[in-house]
Amino acid sequence: MGESDAELVARCRAGDERAWHLLVERYARYVHAIATHAFRLPAEAAEDVFQEVFLRVYERLDTLRSDEALRPWIAQLTRRCCIDRLRADRREQPGEGLERLEAAGDDAIARLDEAFTVRLALGELSADCQEVLDRFFCRDESYRTIGDQLGLPPGTIASRISRCLVKLRERLEGGEGRNPAAAASGERVKTR
Amino acid sequence: MTEEERIAELLALLPPAPEAWVRAAQQLPRARAELDGLVERAEADAAFRRELLADLERALAASGVEPRPVVVDELRRRLGA
Repeated sequence: MGESDAELVARCRAGDERAWHLLVERYARYVHAIATHAFRLPAEAAEDVFQEVFLRVYERLDTLRSDEALRPWIAQLTRRCCIDRLRADRREQPGEGLERLEAAGDDAIARLDEAFTVRLALGELSADCQEVLDRFFCRDESYRTIGDQLGLPPGTIASRISRCLVKLRERLEGGEGRNPAAAASGERVKTR
Repeated sequence: MTEEERIAELLALLPPAPEAWVRAAQQLPRARAELDGLVERAEADAAFRRELLADLERALAASGVEPRPVVVDELRRRLGA
């Protein structure tokens, strides 16, 4: 996981290009998911929104009041860009109710926030666990494909996935209810 | 649903963004520096400004900046076109 959001933001403000790369890497999936999953933008529109969001983040980092508030700020910027895009497209091609899309998008963002917290906790696990869980759940690769890539039999991949999921759950529940990874964004982990 | 299943569902909600999108966003600082240079030159040289406005995409590509719509729009805005 490494640096907190606040540390990354501070380095970005100082003109550290490597920090900007890390910031984009950390938030790329989140912004992408808000555009494509929460607001269901088609690929071309989602790409425009994605670039617009990071451009605004880059230009306006100095206006961020609290460096720990990066995640909600990025979520709001992305939400705003998605809604603007939906409105512009609706003017050209009326379709599904915009208000309904907005409400559904807001619900989905709340769930993506949880997913982001899980993603941060994943970053605290071993490289092996990160790779196998990312390939299987995020990249939708089969046991066989992962096994071929890692030189392991599919049965070993299955048991590794199972073991790593348990570790991830323990990480999310661990340490007095506060996940060290989530501290990067100042979030408390929600577990049932 | 077990807690592990719920965690697995949440993981699946964040697939990777396309690599080209991520790369372009990471290059924003460099693109910004190139834009600054182009705008500065355009302000000092009217002929260059006309040439630039005639084909923003080509000018960006010649400067090594991928002419993505958001960058082209930004350059157009800064040139007051």
